[in-house]
Amino acid sequence: MQNESLLLAYILVMIAMAISWKNRLEIEKDILGASVRATLQLIAVGFVLEWILTIDRMLYLVLILVVMTAVAGWVSGNRGRPLPYSHAIAWFSIAFGSFATFGVLWYAGVIQSEARFAIPLGGMIIGNSMKAASLAMNRLLAETEHRRRQIETLLALGASPKQAMEQTVRQAAKAALIPTIDTLKTVGLVHLPGIMTGYIVAGGSPLTAVKYQLAIMYMLTGASAMTCLATVLLAYRGCFNKSEQLILDRSF
Amino acid sequence: MTSQTQTLLQVSALCLKKDRPILENIHFSLNRGEMLVVLGPSGSGKSTLLRCLNRLESATTGTVCLEGRCTEDISARELRRHIGLVFQEPELLPGTVFENLGTGPKLIGETLEENEGLALLESVGLDPAFKNKRSETLSVGEKQRLALAQVLANQPRVLLLDEPTSALDPLSTETVESAILKVQKDNNIGMILVTHDMDQARRMNSATLVLVDGKIAAYGTLDTILQSGATHLIKRFFSKQDKNS
Ligand SMILES: Nc1ncnc2c1ncn2[C@@H]1O[C@H](COP(=O)(O)OP(=O)(O)OP(=O)(O)O)[C@@H](O)[C@H]1O
Ligand SMILES: [Mg+2]
Repeated sequence: MQNESLLLAYILVMIAMAISWKNRLEIEKDILGASVRATLQLIAVGFVLEWILTIDRMLYLVLILVVMTAVAGWVSGNRGRPLPYSHAIAWFSIAFGSFATFGVLWYAGVIQSEARFAIPLGGMIIGNSMKAASLAMNRLLAETEHRRRQIETLLALGASPKQAMEQTVRQAAKAALIPTIDTLKTVGLVHLPGIMTGYIVAGGSPLTAVKYQLAIMYMLTGASAMTCLATVLLAYRGCFNKSEQLILDRSF
Repeated sequence: MTSQTQTLLQVSALCLKKDRPILENIHFSLNRGEMLVVLGPSGSGKSTLLRCLNRLESATTGTVCLEGRCTEDISARELRRHIGLVFQEPELLPGTVFENLGTGPKLIGETLEENEGLALLESVGLDPAFKNKRSETLSVGEKQRLALAQVLANQPRVLLLDEPTSALDPLSTETVESAILKVQKDNNIGMILVTHDMDQARRMNSATLVLVDGKIAAYGTLDTILQSGATHLIKRFFSKQDKNS
Protein backbone atom coordinates (compact mmCIF):
# COMPACT_ATOMS: atom_id res chain seq x y z
CA MET A 1 0.00 0.00 0.00
CA GLN A 2 1.25 3.44 -0.92
CA ASN A 3 1.47 6.17 1.67
CA GLU A 4 -0.69 8.30 -0.65
CA SER A 5 -3.51 5.71 -0.47
CA LEU A 6 -3.40 6.00 3.29
CA LEU A 7 -3.82 9.77 3.03
CA LEU A 8 -6.77 9.28 0.70
CA ALA A 9 -8.31 6.91 3.26
CA TYR A 10 -8.19 9.75 5.78
CA ILE A 11 -10.78 11.52 3.63
CA LEU A 12 -13.29 9.13 5.22
CA VAL A 13 -12.51 10.53 8.63
CA MET A 14 -12.96 14.04 7.26
CA ILE A 15 -16.37 13.05 5.92
CA ALA A 16 -17.28 11.88 9.41
CA MET A 17 -16.17 15.25 10.77
CA ALA A 18 -18.20 17.06 8.12
CA ILE A 19 -21.30 15.09 9.05
CA SER A 20 -20.79 15.89 12.69
CA TRP A 21 -20.30 19.59 11.94
CA LYS A 22 -23.30 19.79 9.63
CA ASN A 23 -25.58 18.10 12.16
CA ARG A 24 -24.12 19.93 15.17
CA LEU A 25 -23.21 16.65 16.87
CA GLU A 26 -20.26 18.55 18.29
CA ILE A 27 -17.98 15.57 18.07
CA GLU A 28 -15.83 16.79 15.17
CA LYS A 29 -13.14 17.99 17.56
CA ASP A 30 -13.21 14.62 19.27
CA ILE A 31 -12.92 12.83 15.94
CA LEU A 32 -10.05 15.04 14.82
CA GLY A 33 -8.22 14.66 18.12
CA ALA A 34 -8.78 10.93 18.30
CA SER A 35 -7.81 10.24 14.70
CA VAL A 36 -4.63 12.30 14.89
CA ARG A 37 -3.83 10.64 18.17
CA ALA A 38 -4.46 7.17 16.70
CA THR A 39 -2.19 7.93 13.75
CA LEU A 40 0.67 9.19 15.89
CA GLN A 41 0.23 6.37 18.40
CA LEU A 42 0.26 3.68 15.75
CA ILE A 43 3.30 5.07 13.96
CA ALA A 44 5.14 5.25 17.25
CA VAL A 45 4.02 1.75 18.15
CA GLY A 46 5.22 0.48 14.77
CA PHE A 47 8.72 1.64 15.62
CA VAL A 48 8.50 0.34 19.17
CA LEU A 49 7.20 -3.05 17.99
CA GLU A 50 10.13 -3.44 15.62
CA TRP A 51 12.26 -3.28 18.71
CA ILE A 52 9.98 -5.12 21.17
CA LEU A 53 9.51 -8.18 18.99
CA THR A 54 13.18 -8.91 19.41
CA ILE A 55 12.82 -9.09 23.21
CA ASP A 56 13.10 -12.60 24.57
CA ARG A 57 13.25 -12.03 28.32
CA MET A 58 10.02 -13.12 30.00
CA LEU A 59 10.34 -10.42 32.65
CA TYR A 60 10.32 -7.63 30.08
CA LEU A 61 7.30 -9.09 28.35
CA VAL A 62 5.35 -9.20 31.58
CA LEU A 63 6.46 -5.68 32.36
CA ILE A 64 5.16 -4.44 29.03
CA LEU A 65 1.81 -6.16 29.62
CA VAL A 66 1.59 -4.58 33.06
CA VAL A 67 2.17 -1.14 31.56
CA MET A 68 -0.58 -1.82 29.01
CA THR A 69 -2.92 -2.82 31.82
CA ALA A 70 -2.09 0.35 33.73
CA VAL A 71 -2.95 2.53 30.74
CA ALA A 72 -6.17 0.58 30.13
CA GLY A 73 -7.14 0.83 33.80
CA TRP A 74 -6.56 4.57 33.79
CA VAL A 75 -8.69 5.19 30.71
CA SER A 76 -11.46 2.89 31.91
CA GLY A 77 -11.36 4.30 35.44
CA ASN A 78 -12.12 7.74 34.04
CA ARG A 79 -15.41 6.34 32.73
CA GLY A 80 -16.49 5.33 36.20
CA ARG A 81 -15.37 8.57 37.81
CA PRO A 82 -18.34 9.18 40.11
CA LEU A 83 -17.63 5.80 41.67
CA PRO A 84 -15.07 5.82 44.43
CA TYR A 85 -11.84 3.94 43.59
CA SER A 86 -12.94 3.62 39.97
CA HIS A 87 -9.33 3.53 38.74
CA ALA A 88 -8.27 0.86 41.19
CA ILE A 89 -11.36 -1.22 40.39
CA ALA A 90 -10.83 -0.90 36.63
CA TRP A 91 -7.17 -1.71 36.92
CA PHE A 92 -7.78 -4.74 39.09
CA SER A 93 -10.63 -6.09 36.96
CA ILE A 94 -8.73 -5.68 33.71
CA ALA A 95 -5.63 -7.30 35.18
CA PHE A 96 -7.74 -10.13 36.60
CA GLY A 97 -9.63 -10.82 33.37
CA SER A 98 -6.60 -10.49 31.09
CA PHE A 99 -4.01 -12.34 33.08
CA ALA A 100 -6.33 -15.20 33.99
CA THR A 101 -7.19 -15.68 30.32
CA PHE A 102 -3.64 -15.23 29.24
CA GLY A 103 -2.45 -17.75 31.81
CA VAL A 104 -4.94 -20.39 30.68
CA LEU A 105 -4.03 -19.96 27.02
CA TRP A 106 -0.36 -20.03 27.78
CA TYR A 107 -0.75 -23.15 29.89
CA ALA A 108 -2.83 -24.82 27.17
CA GLY A 109 -0.09 -24.09 24.70
CA VAL A 110 -2.29 -21.95 22.46
CA ILE A 111 0.18 -19.11 22.77
CA GLN A 112 3.85 -19.19 23.49
CA SER A 113 5.74 -16.81 25.66
CA GLU A 114 7.38 -15.22 22.66
CA ALA A 115 7.10 -11.53 22.09
CA ARG A 116 5.61 -12.23 18.66
CA PHE A 117 2.58 -13.80 20.37
CA ALA A 118 2.48 -12.24 23.79
CA ILE A 119 2.51 -8.58 22.82
CA PRO A 120 -0.15 -8.38 20.10
CA LEU A 121 -2.43 -10.94 21.72
CA GLY A 122 -1.91 -9.47 25.17
CA GLY A 123 -2.75 -6.08 23.74
CA MET A 124 -5.92 -7.45 22.25
CA ILE A 125 -7.05 -9.11 25.48
CA ILE A 126 -6.26 -6.08 27.58
CA GLY A 127 -7.96 -3.80 25.09
CA ASN A 128 -11.08 -5.93 25.12
CA SER A 129 -11.08 -6.15 28.89
CA MET A 130 -10.79 -2.38 28.98
CA LYS A 131 -13.90 -2.07 26.82
CA ALA A 132 -15.72 -4.48 29.11
CA ALA A 133 -14.67 -2.58 32.25
CA SER A 134 -15.62 0.80 30.78
CA LEU A 135 -18.99 -0.46 29.61
CA ALA A 136 -19.62 -2.20 32.91
CA MET A 137 -18.99 0.99 34.90
CA ASN A 138 -20.94 3.10 32.50
CA ARG A 139 -23.92 0.73 32.57
CA LEU A 140 -23.73 0.34 36.34
CA LEU A 141 -23.94 4.09 36.83
CA ALA A 142 -26.75 4.46 34.32
CA GLU A 143 -28.73 1.51 35.67
CA THR A 144 -28.34 2.71 39.24
CA GLU A 145 -29.63 6.12 38.26
CA HIS A 146 -32.45 4.56 36.27
CA ARG A 147 -33.48 2.24 39.08
CA ARG A 148 -32.88 4.65 41.89
CA ARG A 149 -36.46 4.40 43.14
CA GLN A 150 -36.52 0.63 43.07
CA ILE A 151 -33.21 0.48 44.92
CA GLU A 152 -34.39 2.92 47.58
CA THR A 153 -37.70 1.08 47.94
CA LEU A 154 -35.78 -2.09 48.71
CA LEU A 155 -33.43 -0.28 51.10
CA ALA A 156 -36.40 1.23 52.89
CA LEU A 157 -37.81 -2.27 53.34
CA GLY A 158 -34.59 -3.29 55.07
CA ALA A 159 -32.54 -4.66 52.19
CA SER A 160 -28.75 -4.76 52.28
CA PRO A 161 -27.03 -2.85 49.46
CA LYS A 162 -26.26 -6.19 47.87
CA GLN A 163 -29.90 -7.23 47.91
CA ALA A 164 -31.06 -3.84 46.73
CA MET A 165 -28.61 -3.85 43.83
CA GLU A 166 -29.10 -7.44 42.68
CA GLN A 167 -31.21 -6.58 39.63
CA THR A 168 -29.16 -3.51 38.83
CA VAL A 169 -25.86 -5.37 38.93
CA ARG A 170 -27.23 -8.18 36.82
CA GLN A 171 -28.66 -5.78 34.27
CA ALA A 172 -25.43 -3.78 34.07
CA ALA A 173 -23.32 -6.91 33.57
CA LYS A 174 -25.68 -8.19 30.91
CA ALA A 175 -25.67 -4.91 29.02
CA ALA A 176 -21.90 -4.61 29.21
CA LEU A 177 -21.49 -8.06 27.65
CA ILE A 178 -23.86 -7.47 24.75
CA PRO A 179 -21.14 -6.37 22.29
CA THR A 180 -18.99 -9.38 23.17
CA ILE A 181 -21.83 -11.84 22.79
CA ASP A 182 -23.11 -10.28 19.58
CA THR A 183 -19.61 -10.39 18.13
CA LEU A 184 -19.44 -14.09 18.98
CA LYS A 185 -22.76 -14.69 17.28
CA THR A 186 -21.91 -12.92 14.06
CA VAL A 187 -18.22 -13.64 13.69
CA GLY A 188 -17.46 -14.68 10.13
CA LEU A 189 -20.96 -13.78 8.97
CA VAL A 190 -21.22 -10.07 9.47
CA HIS A 191 -17.60 -9.21 9.95
CA LEU A 192 -14.29 -10.90 9.48
CA PRO A 193 -12.35 -10.06 12.57
CA GLY A 194 -9.14 -8.11 12.34
CA ILE A 195 -6.64 -10.89 12.76
CA MET A 196 -8.31 -13.14 10.24
CA THR A 197 -8.64 -10.36 7.72
CA GLY A 198 -5.03 -9.44 8.21
CA TYR A 199 -3.84 -13.01 7.91
CA ILE A 200 -5.80 -13.64 4.71
CA VAL A 201 -4.92 -10.29 3.14
CA ALA A 202 -1.27 -11.05 3.87
CA GLY A 203 -1.65 -14.34 1.96
CA GLY A 204 -2.22 -16.97 4.69
CA SER A 205 -4.55 -19.95 4.45
CA PRO A 206 -8.12 -19.18 5.56
CA LEU A 207 -8.33 -22.39 7.62
CA THR A 208 -5.28 -21.54 9.69
CA ALA A 209 -6.73 -18.07 10.08
CA VAL A 210 -9.96 -19.59 11.40
CA LYS A 211 -8.10 -21.67 13.98
CA TYR A 212 -6.33 -18.62 15.38
CA GLN A 213 -9.48 -16.62 15.23
CA LEU A 214 -11.38 -19.18 17.29
CA ALA A 215 -8.74 -19.26 19.98
CA ILE A 216 -8.84 -15.49 20.03
CA MET A 217 -12.61 -15.31 20.24
CA TYR A 218 -12.64 -17.71 23.17
CA MET A 219 -10.06 -15.73 25.03
CA LEU A 220 -11.67 -12.37 24.35
CA THR A 221 -15.02 -13.67 25.53
CA GLY A 222 -13.51 -15.12 28.68
CA ALA A 223 -11.54 -11.99 29.42
CA SER A 224 -14.51 -9.68 28.84
CA ALA A 225 -16.84 -11.74 31.01
CA MET A 226 -14.38 -11.98 33.89
CA THR A 227 -13.48 -8.31 33.71
CA CYS A 228 -17.08 -7.25 33.50
CA LEU A 229 -18.17 -9.33 36.48
CA ALA A 230 -15.23 -8.25 38.59
CA THR A 231 -15.96 -4.62 37.74
CA VAL A 232 -19.64 -4.59 38.65
CA LEU A 233 -19.17 -6.68 41.77
CA LEU A 234 -16.43 -4.41 43.04
CA ALA A 235 -17.99 -1.17 41.91
CA TYR A 236 -21.60 -1.41 43.13
CA ARG A 237 -20.49 -1.04 46.75
CA GLY A 238 -19.20 2.40 45.87
CA CYS A 239 -22.77 3.57 45.29
CA PHE A 240 -23.42 3.35 49.05
CA ASN A 241 -22.01 4.93 52.16
CA LYS A 242 -21.50 3.42 55.60
CA SER A 243 -25.13 4.03 56.57
CA GLU A 244 -26.19 2.00 53.52
CA GLN A 245 -27.58 5.03 51.74
CA LEU A 246 -27.48 5.45 47.99
CA ILE A 247 -25.01 8.31 47.68
CA LEU A 248 -24.41 8.79 43.99
CA ASP A 249 -25.56 12.22 43.01
CA ARG A 250 -28.64 12.58 40.89
CA SER A 251 -26.54 14.16 38.16
CA PHE A 252 -23.52 12.08 37.35
CA MET B 1 -53.15 8.15 76.30
CA THR B 2 -51.88 8.02 79.82
CA SER B 3 -48.89 10.05 80.84
CA GLN B 4 -46.74 7.01 81.50
CA THR B 5 -47.05 5.83 77.89
CA GLN B 6 -43.52 5.56 76.66
CA THR B 7 -42.80 7.92 73.81
CA LEU B 8 -42.51 5.90 70.61
CA LEU B 9 -40.55 8.38 68.54
CA GLN B 10 -38.74 11.43 69.84
CA VAL B 11 -37.14 13.80 67.37
CA SER B 12 -35.03 16.66 68.69
CA ALA B 13 -33.19 19.51 66.99
CA LEU B 14 -33.00 17.70 63.68
CA CYS B 15 -31.18 19.67 60.99
CA LEU B 16 -30.20 18.73 57.48
CA LYS B 17 -27.89 20.86 55.43
CA LYS B 18 -27.04 20.21 51.79
CA ASP B 19 -25.92 23.12 49.62
CA ARG B 20 -28.40 25.09 51.76
CA PRO B 21 -30.32 24.26 54.95
CA ILE B 22 -33.19 21.91 54.08
CA LEU B 23 -34.48 21.06 57.53
CA GLU B 24 -33.90 23.28 60.55
CA ASN B 25 -34.46 22.41 64.17
CA ILE B 26 -37.25 19.90 63.71
CA HIS B 27 -38.56 18.47 66.96
CA PHE B 28 -41.67 16.53 67.89
CA SER B 29 -42.68 13.36 69.64
CA LEU B 30 -45.07 10.60 68.69
CA ASN B 31 -46.77 8.03 70.88
CA ARG B 32 -48.00 4.58 70.06
CA GLY B 33 -51.39 4.63 68.32
CA GLU B 34 -51.03 8.31 67.45
CA MET B 35 -50.80 10.06 64.15
CA LEU B 36 -48.80 13.16 63.31
CA VAL B 37 -49.80 15.04 60.19
CA VAL B 38 -47.01 16.99 58.51
CA LEU B 39 -48.55 19.69 56.38
CA GLY B 40 -46.54 21.91 54.09
CA PRO B 41 -46.19 23.27 50.59
CA SER B 42 -44.16 21.64 47.87
CA GLY B 43 -40.44 21.85 48.52
CA SER B 44 -40.83 22.50 52.24
CA GLY B 45 -38.83 19.39 53.11
CA LYS B 46 -41.60 16.91 53.99
CA SER B 47 -40.22 14.00 51.98
CA THR B 48 -36.72 14.77 53.16
CA LEU B 49 -37.87 14.64 56.77
CA LEU B 50 -39.32 11.17 56.24
CA ARG B 51 -36.16 10.05 54.45
CA CYS B 52 -34.14 11.19 57.46
CA LEU B 53 -36.38 9.21 59.83
CA ASN B 54 -36.04 6.08 57.65
CA ARG B 55 -32.30 6.85 57.34
CA LEU B 56 -32.21 6.99 53.57
CA GLU B 57 -30.63 10.31 54.39
CA SER B 58 -28.57 11.22 57.44
CA ALA B 59 -29.47 14.31 59.38
CA THR B 60 -26.57 16.73 59.79
CA THR B 61 -27.28 17.22 63.50
CA GLY B 62 -29.99 16.29 65.95
CA THR B 63 -31.24 13.05 67.44
CA VAL B 64 -34.03 10.61 66.76
CA CYS B 65 -34.96 8.14 69.49
CA LEU B 66 -37.14 5.09 68.94
CA GLU B 67 -38.66 3.77 72.18
CA GLY B 68 -36.00 5.60 74.13
CA ARG B 69 -33.17 4.19 72.08
CA CYS B 70 -31.09 6.55 70.02
CA THR B 71 -31.45 5.46 66.40
CA GLU B 72 -27.77 6.03 65.73
CA ASP B 73 -27.16 2.87 67.75
CA ILE B 74 -29.49 0.87 65.53
CA SER B 75 -28.19 -0.50 62.24
CA ALA B 76 -29.73 1.08 59.16
CA ARG B 77 -31.34 -2.19 58.08
CA GLU B 78 -32.98 -2.84 61.43
CA LEU B 79 -34.11 0.76 61.78
CA ARG B 80 -35.71 0.75 58.33
CA ARG B 81 -37.81 -2.24 59.33
CA HIS B 82 -38.92 -0.52 62.53
CA ILE B 83 -39.65 2.80 60.84
CA GLY B 84 -41.28 1.84 57.56
CA LEU B 85 -41.62 4.32 54.70
CA VAL B 86 -44.24 4.36 51.96
CA PHE B 87 -42.91 6.56 49.17
CA GLN B 88 -44.68 9.44 47.51
CA GLU B 89 -44.67 7.53 44.23
CA PRO B 90 -44.38 3.91 45.30
CA GLU B 91 -42.38 1.63 43.09
CA LEU B 92 -43.49 -1.98 43.20
CA LEU B 93 -41.25 -4.83 42.17
CA PRO B 94 -41.99 -6.79 39.04
CA GLY B 95 -43.94 -9.88 40.04
CA THR B 96 -47.24 -10.77 41.64
CA VAL B 97 -49.04 -8.91 44.39
CA PHE B 98 -48.20 -11.69 46.80
CA GLU B 99 -44.51 -11.62 45.92
CA ASN B 100 -44.51 -7.90 46.56
CA LEU B 101 -46.11 -8.41 49.96
CA GLY B 102 -43.43 -10.92 50.90
CA THR B 103 -40.49 -8.71 49.90
CA GLY B 104 -39.61 -7.45 53.38
CA PRO B 105 -39.73 -10.84 55.11
CA LYS B 106 -37.85 -12.47 52.22
CA LEU B 107 -34.97 -10.03 52.64
CA ILE B 108 -34.25 -11.58 56.02
CA GLY B 109 -34.84 -15.14 54.85
CA GLU B 110 -38.41 -15.47 56.09
CA THR B 111 -41.47 -16.36 54.06
CA LEU B 112 -44.80 -14.65 54.33
CA GLU B 113 -47.52 -17.20 55.04
CA GLU B 114 -50.53 -17.27 52.76
CA ASN B 115 -52.98 -16.28 55.51
CA GLU B 116 -50.72 -13.44 56.69
CA GLY B 117 -50.60 -12.12 53.14
CA LEU B 118 -54.36 -12.28 52.79
CA ALA B 119 -54.80 -10.52 56.13
CA LEU B 120 -52.48 -7.75 54.93
CA LEU B 121 -54.46 -7.34 51.71
CA GLU B 122 -57.62 -7.14 53.71
CA SER B 123 -56.21 -4.62 56.13
CA VAL B 124 -55.56 -2.16 53.29
CA GLY B 125 -58.88 -2.94 51.63
CA LEU B 126 -57.56 -4.89 48.67
CA ASP B 127 -59.47 -7.84 47.28
CA PRO B 128 -57.76 -11.13 48.31
CA ALA B 129 -58.31 -12.29 44.72
CA PHE B 130 -55.58 -9.80 43.75
CA LYS B 131 -52.97 -12.07 45.28
CA ASN B 132 -51.77 -13.52 41.98
CA LYS B 133 -52.25 -10.38 39.90
CA ARG B 134 -49.12 -8.86 38.38
CA SER B 135 -48.18 -5.69 40.22
CA GLU B 136 -47.84 -3.73 36.95
CA THR B 137 -51.53 -4.22 36.22
CA LEU B 138 -52.75 -2.46 39.37
CA SER B 139 -54.26 1.01 39.31
CA VAL B 140 -52.37 3.82 41.03
CA GLY B 141 -54.64 3.67 44.08
CA GLU B 142 -54.26 -0.09 44.32
CA LYS B 143 -50.50 0.24 43.99
CA GLN B 144 -50.51 2.77 46.80
CA ARG B 145 -52.40 0.38 49.06
CA LEU B 146 -50.19 -2.55 48.08
CA ALA B 147 -47.11 -0.49 48.92
CA LEU B 148 -48.68 0.24 52.29
CA ALA B 149 -49.34 -3.46 52.90
CA GLN B 150 -45.82 -4.29 51.73
CA VAL B 151 -44.35 -2.08 54.43
CA LEU B 152 -46.78 -3.42 57.02
CA ALA B 153 -45.47 -6.94 56.36
CA ASN B 154 -42.29 -5.81 58.15
CA GLN B 155 -44.40 -5.10 61.26
CA PRO B 156 -43.02 -1.59 61.70
CA ARG B 157 -43.48 0.34 64.92
CA VAL B 158 -43.68 3.64 63.09
CA LEU B 159 -45.20 4.07 59.66
CA LEU B 160 -44.21 7.00 57.46
CA LEU B 161 -46.62 7.89 54.67
CA ASP B 162 -45.47 10.38 52.05
CA GLU B 163 -48.45 12.07 50.39
CA PRO B 164 -50.24 8.75 49.94
CA THR B 165 -53.11 10.24 47.98
CA SER B 166 -51.53 13.03 45.97
CA ALA B 167 -51.89 11.10 42.71
CA LEU B 168 -55.45 9.90 43.34
CA ASP B 169 -58.96 11.04 42.46
CA PRO B 170 -61.34 11.92 45.32
CA LEU B 171 -62.90 8.45 45.42
CA SER B 172 -59.62 6.50 45.62
CA THR B 173 -58.39 9.11 48.07
CA GLU B 174 -61.26 8.17 50.33
CA THR B 175 -60.46 4.45 50.03
CA VAL B 176 -56.78 4.96 50.78
CA GLU B 177 -57.54 7.28 53.68
CA SER B 178 -59.89 4.79 55.27
CA ALA B 179 -57.31 2.04 54.75
CA ILE B 180 -54.79 4.22 56.58
CA LEU B 181 -57.14 4.96 59.48
CA LYS B 182 -58.04 1.27 59.73
CA VAL B 183 -54.39 0.22 59.79
CA GLN B 184 -53.72 2.73 62.52
CA LYS B 185 -56.59 1.50 64.64
CA ASP B 186 -55.82 -2.21 64.10
CA ASN B 187 -52.08 -2.13 64.63
CA ASN B 188 -51.79 0.52 67.32
CA ILE B 189 -48.64 1.88 65.67
CA GLY B 190 -47.37 5.41 65.34
CA MET B 191 -47.92 7.14 62.03
CA ILE B 192 -46.57 10.20 60.33
CA LEU B 193 -48.63 11.29 57.37
CA VAL B 194 -47.26 13.89 55.02
CA THR B 195 -49.63 15.96 52.97
CA HIS B 196 -49.90 19.31 51.24
CA ASP B 197 -53.67 19.11 51.39
CA MET B 198 -55.31 21.13 54.16
CA ASP B 199 -58.58 19.22 53.86
CA GLN B 200 -56.86 15.88 54.22
CA ALA B 201 -55.05 17.15 57.29
CA ARG B 202 -58.43 18.14 58.71
CA ARG B 203 -59.93 14.71 57.98
CA MET B 204 -57.08 12.97 59.79
CA ASN B 205 -58.06 14.92 62.90
CA SER B 206 -54.65 14.55 64.57
CA ALA B 207 -51.77 16.62 65.84
CA THR B 208 -50.44 18.66 62.95
CA LEU B 209 -47.03 20.05 62.25
CA VAL B 210 -46.88 22.78 59.64
CA LEU B 211 -43.58 22.74 57.79
CA VAL B 212 -42.55 25.76 55.73
CA ASP B 213 -39.11 26.14 54.17
CA GLY B 214 -37.76 23.35 56.35
CA LYS B 215 -38.86 25.00 59.60
CA ILE B 216 -41.74 24.27 61.94
CA ALA B 217 -44.21 27.06 61.36
CA ALA B 218 -46.86 25.76 63.74
CA TYR B 219 -47.66 22.70 65.81
CA GLY B 220 -50.88 21.54 67.47
CA THR B 221 -54.34 20.60 66.34
CA LEU B 222 -55.29 22.09 63.02
CA ASP B 223 -58.10 24.10 64.59
CA THR B 224 -55.90 25.78 67.17
CA ILE B 225 -53.32 26.48 64.49
CA LEU B 226 -55.92 28.17 62.32
CA GLN B 227 -57.52 30.01 65.25
CA SER B 228 -54.21 31.24 66.58
CA GLY B 229 -54.22 33.62 63.65
CA ALA B 230 -52.05 32.88 60.70
CA THR B 231 -48.48 33.62 61.52
CA HIS B 232 -46.20 35.10 58.96
CA LEU B 233 -44.94 31.71 57.77
CA ILE B 234 -48.36 30.13 57.51
CA LYS B 235 -49.57 33.08 55.50
CA ARG B 236 -46.79 32.35 53.06
CA PHE B 237 -47.91 28.73 52.98
CA PHE B 238 -51.42 29.64 51.99
CA SER B 239 -50.29 32.03 49.32
CA LYS B 240 -47.91 29.37 47.98
CA GLN B 241 -50.68 26.81 47.93
CA ASP B 242 -52.88 29.15 45.93
CA LYS B 243 -50.12 29.60 43.43
CA ASN B 244 -49.63 25.85 43.13
CA SER B 245 -53.25 25.06 42.50
N1 LIG C 1 -30.04 15.58 48.04
C1 LIG C 1 -30.45 16.85 47.96
N2 LIG C 1 -29.57 17.83 47.64
C2 LIG C 1 -29.95 19.11 47.56
N3 LIG C 1 -31.20 19.52 47.76
C3 LIG C 1 -32.13 18.61 48.08
C4 LIG C 1 -31.81 17.22 48.19
N4 LIG C 1 -32.93 16.55 48.51
C5 LIG C 1 -33.90 17.47 48.60
N5 LIG C 1 -33.43 18.70 48.33
C6 LIG C 1 -34.22 19.96 48.36
O1 LIG C 1 -34.90 20.02 49.57
C7 LIG C 1 -36.14 20.66 49.39
C8 LIG C 1 -37.22 19.82 50.02
O2 LIG C 1 -37.47 18.69 49.21
P1 LIG C 1 -38.61 17.65 49.59
O3 LIG C 1 -38.64 16.63 48.50
O4 LIG C 1 -38.38 17.18 50.96
O5 LIG C 1 -39.91 18.55 49.52
P2 LIG C 1 -41.43 18.13 49.78
O6 LIG C 1 -41.90 18.97 50.89
O7 LIG C 1 -41.54 16.67 49.92
O8 LIG C 1 -42.11 18.60 48.42
P3 LIG C 1 -43.30 17.91 47.59
O9 LIG C 1 -44.57 18.29 48.25
O10 LIG C 1 -43.17 18.55 46.24
O11 LIG C 1 -43.03 16.44 47.55
C9 LIG C 1 -36.33 20.86 47.91
O12 LIG C 1 -36.07 22.23 47.64
C10 LIG C 1 -35.28 19.98 47.29
O13 LIG C 1 -34.81 20.56 46.10
MG1 LIG D 1 -42.37 15.16 48.81
